[in-house]
Amino acid sequence: MAQHTRAVPAGTPTDVTQKHTEGGVGASTLRPDGTLKVTGEFAYSSDMWHEEMLWGQALRSTVAHAEIVSIDTSEALAVSGVYAVLTADDLPAAKNYGLEFRDTPVLAYGKVRHHGEPVALVAADHPETARRAAAKIKVEYRELPLITDEASATAPDAVLVHEGRTDRHASHVPHPNIVHRQPIIRGNADEAAKRADVIVRGEYTFGMQDQAFLGPESGLAVPAEDGGIDLYVATQWLHADREQIAPCLGLPEDKVRMTMAGIGGAFGGREDISMQIMASVLALRTGKPVKMVYNRYESFFGHVHRHPAKLYYEHGATKDGKITHMKCKIVLDGGAYASSTVSVVGNASSLSVGPYVIDDVDIEAIGLYTNNPPCGAMRGFGAVQACFAYEAQMDKLAAKLGMDPVEFRQINAMEQGTLMPTGQVVDSPAPVAELLRRVKARPMPPERQWETAGEGADVRALPGGLSNTTHGEGVVRGVGYAVGIKNVGFSEGFDDYSTARIRMEVINGEAVATVHTAAAEVGQGGVTIHAQIARTELGVTQVTIHPADTHVGSAGSTSAGRQTYMTGGAIKNSCELVREKVLEIGRRKFGSYHPAWATAELLLQDGKVVTDGGEVLASIADVLEDEAVEIEEQWRHRPTEAFDLVTGQGNGHVQYAFAAHRAVVEVDTELGLVKVIELACAQDVGKAVNPLSVIGQIQGGTTQGLGVAVMEEIIVDPKTAKVRNPSFTDYLIPTILDTPTIPVDYLELADPNAPYGVRGIGEAPTLSSTPAVLAAIRNATGLELTKTPVRPEHLTGTL
Amino acid sequence: MRVNFTVNGRPQEADDVWEGESLLYVLRERLGLPGSKNACEQGECGSCTVRLDGVPVCSCLVAAGQVEGREVVTVEGLAEFAKERQEHGHGGSCGTGACGGTSLDEAKRWEARPQDSQTGEGVELSPIQQAFIDAGAVQCGFCTPGLLVAADEMLERNPSPTDADIREALSGNLCRCTGYEKILDAVRLAAARQERQGEAV
Amino acid sequence: MDFLRPASWEEALAAKAEHPTAVPIAGGTDIMVEINFDHRRPEYLLDLNRIELLREWEVGEESVRLGASVPYSQIMENLREELPGLALASHTVASPQIRNRGGVGGNLGTASPAGDAHPALLAAGAEVEVESVRGTRLIPIDEFYKGVKRNALEPDELIKTVHVKKADGPQQYSKVGTRNAMVIAVCAFGLALHPETRTVRTGIGSAAPTPVRATAAEEFLNAALEEGGFWDNGRIITPSIAKQFADLASGACNPIDDVRGTAKYRRHAVGIMARRTLGWTWEQYRAGNGRTLEGAA
Repeated sequence: MAQHTRAVPAGTPTDVTQKHTEGGVGASTLRPDGTLKVTGEFAYSSDMWHEEMLWGQALRSTVAHAEIVSIDTSEALAVSGVYAVLTADDLPAAKNYGLEFRDTPVLAYGKVRHHGEPVALVAADHPETARRAAAKIKVEYRELPLITDEASATAPDAVLVHEGRTDRHASHVPHPNIVHRQPIIRGNADEAAKRADVIVRGEYTFGMQDQAFLGPESGLAVPAEDGGIDLYVATQWLHADREQIAPCLGLPEDKVRMTMAGIGGAFGGREDISMQIMASVLALRTGKPVKMVYNRYESFFGHVHRHPAKLYYEHGATKDGKITHMKCKIVLDGGAYASSTVSVVGNASSLSVGPYVIDDVDIEAIGLYTNNPPCGAMRGFGAVQACFAYEAQMDKLAAKLGMDPVEFRQINAMEQGTLMPTGQVVDSPAPVAELLRRVKARPMPPERQWETAGEGADVRALPGGLSNTTHGEGVVRGVGYAVGIKNVGFSEGFDDYSTARIRMEVINGEAVATVHTAAAEVGQGGVTIHAQIARTELGVTQVTIHPADTHVGSAGSTSAGRQTYMTGGAIKNSCELVREKVLEIGRRKFGSYHPAWATAELLLQDGKVVTDGGEVLASIADVLEDEAVEIEEQWRHRPTEAFDLVTGQGNGHVQYAFAAHRAVVEVDTELGLVKVIELACAQDVGKAVNPLSVIGQIQGGTTQGLGVAVMEEIIVDPKTAKVRNPSFTDYLIPTILDTPTIPVDYLELADPNAPYGVRGIGEAPTLSSTPAVLAAIRNATGLELTKTPVRPEHLTGTL
Repeated sequence: MRVNFTVNGRPQEADDVWEGESLLYVLRERLGLPGSKNACEQGECGSCTVRLDGVPVCSCLVAAGQVEGREVVTVEGLAEFAKERQEHGHGGSCGTGACGGTSLDEAKRWEARPQDSQTGEGVELSPIQQAFIDAGAVQCGFCTPGLLVAADEMLERNPSPTDADIREALSGNLCRCTGYEKILDAVRLAAARQERQGEAV
Repeated sequence: MDFLRPASWEEALAAKAEHPTAVPIAGGTDIMVEINFDHRRPEYLLDLNRIELLREWEVGEESVRLGASVPYSQIMENLREELPGLALASHTVASPQIRNRGGVGGNLGTASPAGDAHPALLAAGAEVEVESVRGTRLIPIDEFYKGVKRNALEPDELIKTVHVKKADGPQQYSKVGTRNAMVIAVCAFGLALHPETRTVRTGIGSAAPTPVRATAAEEFLNAALEEGGFWDNGRIITPSIAKQFADLASGACNPIDDVRGTAKYRRHAVGIMARRTLGWTWEQYRAGNGRTLEGAA
């Protein structure tokens, strides 16, 4: 290796300071990390570097379900340049981790439960040395029968994926291969069905989607002199990681010091641990810093995916278009380890009705243990699968009633005050009908955009694109609509909080605020809005965003659309406390000079203490002088309740988010190729703290929904439970030529319970985008299409 | 093996290079230039795009040994490269080594530095870099370096691209965060600014 | 692993003779993926980037001598008139970055049935010029593909140039992938009209163990065009002829089911592409206004 002179890990995140005088809540301020990101200097977790560092490499199982008969590491250890080869026997303490259940081995012991499970670890002086050594580890497997679906999982004589379960759901599930079951019963669906003039049933299949974040799982573990470890990783939740890492290292939590490295996207895929414990174990064993970076192949095995699902739905409606009832069963495949399957089941069941008023429902959702790849969090979390199915049902009902699909939805749309099937009142704006109206009212994109003046067809505007498959032949346009509902924040009684440490002091005569949280900036722009909130609350222009680490309290996860609400709320709250302190100091120092100090409502504005009438009382610099005010406080959203395990009743969710889409597609009906022409979105965002970022989130979420509609799926061979396409060559995500214009229309109907009225925005657009595209393809082709992604085979009858 | 080549206008030397190493690995792990990103290492995502003798390529698919004696421009040298081009006309390059760039010693001392501005104040950026910030085309930013190199090269060839031209030129660069709309905005913005600048001259 | 860096073609041939297991690397777009993903560890890598003649092309009377490493982007830009089918195929190769590196020699060397250049070469008619220290051979393209990822090269031979017949009529190329850009072929179809010989040639990619021609379809169409006097009267080809041609093209496939598509779909899609490309080329022929369809490039 070349000699580097860097002493501390290069790329250790550094402070980001903003200097602009405006830029509070509601402004489209620019990203404070933008310059670093466009110059290549922003340090991602895979950019970490340390002198004398080693490279870690995992050996992963080649089979999906097997007893481990033996592991022979001797040849690997003999490779020159290898510093350590570890198996589960070498782990220092707890052998398992896990988000909801501690059921996931750091390294497999006894048996492997899915293809690509880590079995052994190597640390070496070069990644190629580590790979060569890993290839020399001999593992003997004795294969076991495979559990791959509901039938094989729940058969009476089924092999148990996990024997001797002791988790909190073990006692109530109907079978040990069911992680969790959540029924919801409200009204009487059977009775209500008798009122129905039409009934539609459908069976839907949702494929396994990958988060496909671009920054691979990676990071650096540096052993410390005190026996602890310093970890630089990309994760969605530092503190939850640490809770799982420390027991596996046999260390107290305060000896596991974590710093957030740059995150190359997450979308749920970094909620679970990936390389954190493995790199730490190798670092502690070798006494050297260890870097691990998954390549794209390994990444497909290195994180959980979106649960594939089977969904069985029945809806009824009267002739005038009122839905009478809904019955459904949703089967989610959680794969070999629980990850967040329990919560995904809770979401799928509680949101299975969609944004509609249906008083009589009979709902059941289950999550399975199988030998398929583990599934967990991904943007839309349980609500995505349900939305795909219920929106298909809405179109079927409308068609059967001879009604316009949008009008039919509007007739049944929920609104503020509607009861969820869980009995929870939707107590803030729910403009479902209005969102649909808005996307429908948009002008249609022009037809036949591929026609050029005298130059023949521009294939870039046609299905098939650059592949030159049609010049217009067989191309039919279709239009489809969908709307969805997503919960925001952590539900079902979870003690969900965030923490913000705010410091205010005077530097070079200017009041400066520092915001320190552990919130993960995954790209969504949290760092941007944190500064905006501090500006608004503290009246300063200059805000420093401290790197996220475990030296401050937990911010909770960057997921569930919760961070603007939660860490935004925590920052607002701590800022308010700081403001009070500053005013208190001001009153102490200057109160006797002006009666307004005692009598008026005081604000901090433009670096000054002012009365609400606008009179300037003092500069903050004069108030604080050498004094610094610092406050760290936790902040919680209002409490939620668990869903009853039999009836599913309970005030389980914090907040709901709504988005609607209209998709316009053009389908080459002969070749079965699809081009999405436009994907318009309308969404209620509560309050756009940063409008530019809001639109970016909506467009990004929309595109991930488009991907799953027409191309994205991890294909698992049902005979072997092995992943067949773990690469970007065969797991396709949309390119810029696959992505249409995405006009965004957002409403700002404040949620009175949320800071500034905000509503989580990142997830809802991922829900309705997929069914809107499917509806448009159905509209173009007349086919039923019950599976994502739609493949050319489905459109041409060539499966 | 040893590889000598030019990066961002400065001669560089990498030693003890394993023969199977890619240009991407050498840039990132040996030369302290991790701006080019390692998202797929199979030529599917474009996040490692650099210019090799002026031509945009996936550095993950260039064997290190193949760059012997050749010139590479990475995102770290993009601002300087664009400046040089503007000052010395179309197609200018840093081949002479006189245009600054990152020296070997500087490169090896690389670490993330604090930046003091949300708009790039104090840091000289190329028009495309500035446009990406201004248009909100950056979210997680992992695709950004590759996109910038590709988009800059497209604007060099085609200063007034249509949307279809932009989409085609950037079809080798995957982005998972933005849905590409703001990336299109950024390229349009950079093109418009360039045009205005051209008119002013 | 050893990295061999010949400075000349002669040095490259000598190196290949000395190390027949050496794997040539030019654009690197296949081999580097295999190395990065740990699928392959060749004993020797033989870098061909320094050999200028591989990056040159020469337009002759009858054919274009295309250096094995001429990047696809150069073919697209500079050889649209002479090699319209190959230029269209080049445009479907992966991404701009890949097209800047990859060349026809790589497709031929790898001999994957999914290589984008193959159907265009088969349809145009081509010979592969290979060389070793023992001498030079010209291998007709129809005899070049020997099996899945196997070609007619001897271990000591390297691909030097491809002699592709200059277009004497319209050519088209279509490829199905499940994305609008940057996609490996599910299947592909190339078609060239050769008015000088009054023949039609085809090429099918990714729908059989090797790239193949749809020989029965060609023979049928040649006869039908002749019989109906189409070459002279320039009439529109009847739907029944087009359908029969498409069905025979479908029938020439011997595809598999894989993650990219089913065998049934591949057969179906090849038929559609055969019918469409026949329509496009015949329209061009009838119009007589040039050999390429501008908008499609």
